[in-house]
Amino acid sequence: MSNTSSLDVAVIRKDFPILDRMVNGKPLVYFDNAATSQTPKQVIDAIVDYYSSYNANIHRGVHTLSQEATDKYEQARLKIQRHFNAAKPHEIIFTSGTTHSINLVANGFSSLLQKGDELIVSAMEHHSNIVPWQMLCERTGAMLKVIPMSEKGELIMDEYRKLLSDKTKMVFCNHVSNALGTVNPIKEIIEAAHNVGAAVLIDGAQAAPHIQADVQELDVDFYTVSAHKMCGPTGVGILYGKEEWLHKLPPYQGGGEMIAEVTFEKTTYADLPHKFEAGTPNICGGIAFGAAIDYMNAIGIDVIAAYENELLVYATEQLLSIEGLRIYGTSENKTSVISFNIESIHPYDIGSILDKLGIAVRTGHHCAQPIMDFYKIPGTVRASFNFYNTKEEIDAMVEGVKRAKAMLQ
Amino acid sequence: MSIQEIQEEIVDEFSIFEDWMQRYEYMIELGKSLPLINGKYKTDDNIIKGCQSKVWVHAELEGDKLVFTADSDAIITKGIIAILIRVFSNQKPQDIIEANTDFIDEIGLKEHLSPTRANGLVSMVKQLKMYAIAYQTQLN
Ligand SMILES: Cc1ncc(COP(=O)(O)O)c(C=O)c1O
Repeated sequence: MSNTSSLDVAVIRKDFPILDRMVNGKPLVYFDNAATSQTPKQVIDAIVDYYSSYNANIHRGVHTLSQEATDKYEQARLKIQRHFNAAKPHEIIFTSGTTHSINLVANGFSSLLQKGDELIVSAMEHHSNIVPWQMLCERTGAMLKVIPMSEKGELIMDEYRKLLSDKTKMVFCNHVSNALGTVNPIKEIIEAAHNVGAAVLIDGAQAAPHIQADVQELDVDFYTVSAHKMCGPTGVGILYGKEEWLHKLPPYQGGGEMIAEVTFEKTTYADLPHKFEAGTPNICGGIAFGAAIDYMNAIGIDVIAAYENELLVYATEQLLSIEGLRIYGTSENKTSVISFNIESIHPYDIGSILDKLGIAVRTGHHCAQPIMDFYKIPGTVRASFNFYNTKEEIDAMVEGVKRAKAMLQ
Repeated sequence: MSIQEIQEEIVDEFSIFEDWMQRYEYMIELGKSLPLINGKYKTDDNIIKGCQSKVWVHAELEGDKLVFTADSDAIITKGIIAILIRVFSNQKPQDIIEANTDFIDEIGLKEHLSPTRANGLVSMVKQLKMYAIAYQTQLN
């Protein structure tokens, strides 16, 4: 309790201008945080400040604005490095987000794999942590194996261990499932993979807003994050990679910024991190990402997580009081995500009615079709809570769901 | 009745509803009550995958008119299908090709017929027109 009492949600809500909005004549209740979180004014200010005061291209100008922009951008990298406790700043590669980060690694592994090699993926991945690897398998002849999950929505670790062998070259898995909220035992996953000499990529897109990951403590080889899920802007994120791995991987895209020297005979590549940062990056986005990390740390990720867990427990209880409602993803170890259906009512119908009531939830397969196939459902309604949400909003949603149920049955 | 007349009739019917609740309740009733397609046509060939909800469409020529049947796994989508079928079915292919769906805005259901909604309805309207074009060629 001591933790949660230090989060004053009424004060925090004042930081988020969008939360005052009306939608369809009702106060907005925003429960689609797992797709994209809302932006506090501290981050909006950083964006406005960039474009009002020092917008310029970075790393190659001699003029003041370029220098200021470069400094701020590199400061953001340092903030992110410290936040995830990476050993070196150049182990943080700016990307456009998790999808880009994963593609960068998957593409790099093309030259490191051979036919007969095996990759292991979990059964509860977002499509962006499946498709790039399938494409890699097509290019290299490597094979994809799947860690199965249980009815509760937890990975079956014994099956995972059976899949590992000296053929395993890479394991990739999300830290937290976007469709179920399950927090996966990634430390065990990483350790077991390393025991057979395989590298591990953890998709941290859903974890970063709720769990402080320490990449050195985890000993993870690659970790990916999207800023827009942690109060930052869209279109920016990072790839953390261990230095030795980033040296091993070839560059992903060619262009400016990533070269040391270019002649028509041969180009030599720039050092890390620039080797992977071709072209003008999302400079403002990177700086604003840094501001978002500052914002979240000022509150404290632990404080945030404790409060969100209260919301999760409360919402779970309230929703389960509705007859016929089933929650998908019932692990004890979850972030504040609730995926549910009511009997055979289609999630689209519930979502459409909630929208009319000003309540934003996500409906559909959440880019995780294999999970929906596992449960043999077309999709779910997903409500995901952030630290600026309240129990009153949860009450409004529960009322809305009851109303939708009455209309649709 | 012509497509235009049916659309006007629907707009008229919807004008008695005072708020979205009543409109939705009506749509849901439509969605629940109508058997919209013969089960044997609910095949993978006839499916329009809309990401959010699935839609099935079947077309048959009766005389010089095109008859559509369709269905969806989501009730609100099915309700809208019922309205679209009422407008487009039993019409001459050429009239279907020329018709538009602006009346959907007027009855306050625009959001469901948005190309970004991914519920299959926009693709369904396209599909109805494709059938009309195909059968028109056959008639010529
Ligand atoms: C677990 C997970 N992985 C990857 C992604 C893709 O992130 P982005 O769209 O920011 O690249 C998401 C976003 O929905 C996600 O939830």
